[in-house]
Amino acid sequence: MSNTNKSEWPLWEVFIRSKAGLDHKHAGSLHAADAQMAIENARDVYTRRMEGVSIWVVESSNIHASDPDEADSLYDPANDKIYRHPTFYNLPDEVKYM
Amino acid sequence: MTVHSFQEHFDSLIDREVTIEPKDWMPDDYRKTLIRQISQHAHSEIVGMLPEGNWITRAPSLRRKAVLLAKVQDEAGHGLYLYSAAETLGVTRDTLYDQLHTGKAKYSSIFNYPTLTWADMGAIGWLVDGAAIMNQVPLCRTSYGPYARAMVRVCKEESFHQRQGFEIMLTLSKGTDIQRKLAQDAFNRWWWPSLMMFGPPDAESPHTEQSVRWRIKRLTNDELRQKFVDVTVEQAKVLGLTVPDKDLKWNEERGHFDFGAINWEEFWNVVKGNGPCNKQRLETRKKAWEDGKWVRDAAMAHAEKRKARKAAAKAA
Repeated sequence: MSNTNKSEWPLWEVFIRSKAGLDHKHAGSLHAADAQMAIENARDVYTRRMEGVSIWVVESSNIHASDPDEADSLYDPANDKIYRHPTFYNLPDEVKYM
Repeated sequence: MTVHSFQEHFDSLIDREVTIEPKDWMPDDYRKTLIRQISQHAHSEIVGMLPEGNWITRAPSLRRKAVLLAKVQDEAGHGLYLYSAAETLGVTRDTLYDQLHTGKAKYSSIFNYPTLTWADMGAIGWLVDGAAIMNQVPLCRTSYGPYARAMVRVCKEESFHQRQGFEIMLTLSKGTDIQRKLAQDAFNRWWWPSLMMFGPPDAESPHTEQSVRWRIKRLTNDELRQKFVDVTVEQAKVLGLTVPDKDLKWNEERGHFDFGAINWEEFWNVVKGNGPCNKQRLETRKKAWEDGKWVRDAAMAHAEKRKARKAAAKAA
């Protein structure tokens, strides 16, 4: 939109690992002058109640996303392959724990 | 797809309660309505820090001071969650700030009332945050994904805000005569503006019907206001305070409290900029933004210098 100001700090996407053993998960975004400041701001904005043990920040302009309007064709190859799921296979009742 | 089929697809997502995400096609008016509502909400969080900031240095104990600081810091955080949700709709942060600073965008008129005594910190937490929670809980299921996710975060953090306010009111109401009077006086002054926070009556709310259709709003202004009155009247009894409304009465048939007429003239007057603190709030906010400019510029210059130095070292 209009009024793009060159002095505006770049936008960063913030990912947080809530505890050891879990994936980093997208938490939101924020503005910061550089990566170091983005991490410090992310601590103050997204982990005020010990929500994280690790923070990733990525400049939003570096995120590439799939197009939702192409979702049908993009995911089409997986549509007809129900044999990739264990429930596709019939097992005799005597077989347990497989 | 044609525009018509885009619209059909969008409508069917809304009907099936599927969340709309930033890259999905959406009607222009849906986008505009969201930008208006989310940014108004963000501005309210940011301006909402000012009436309470007034009391941080004068909190009666270190405990109260630490709590108030944490609450005000949360409000800054809530503003930031919401601004970034609005930005996913294609509007820049500077545009949003500009709309606030020029008076083009509104924020909740409740923050245009002054905070005269310490009891106001209690009344704001209890009533203003209470009303805000009532508004915000249904928004956790709003149709636009980034807004809904921001609201989940906000709601999780907000309930301590109301409790700390109620605790201040409870302490005052069990205190000396003067303290009880302070609590009742703050209640008297904040009660009606809190009811106004839910916005004009449904019959006069131009955006409600469309917003409910789009699942941006899940409950109407009047429904939320009634819910708030019903729970708050009971809480006032616990405090031993009197609701400043002589028409307040339990209505057995409706199963709700009936309450007196709201002074909508006052509401619109404050919205138009003539409340007791409109000028002061906006000037304080603008001054903070302008005074911070050299810091923002210096941080950017520093980041660019470091980046250039790093690039030069790599090339060498």
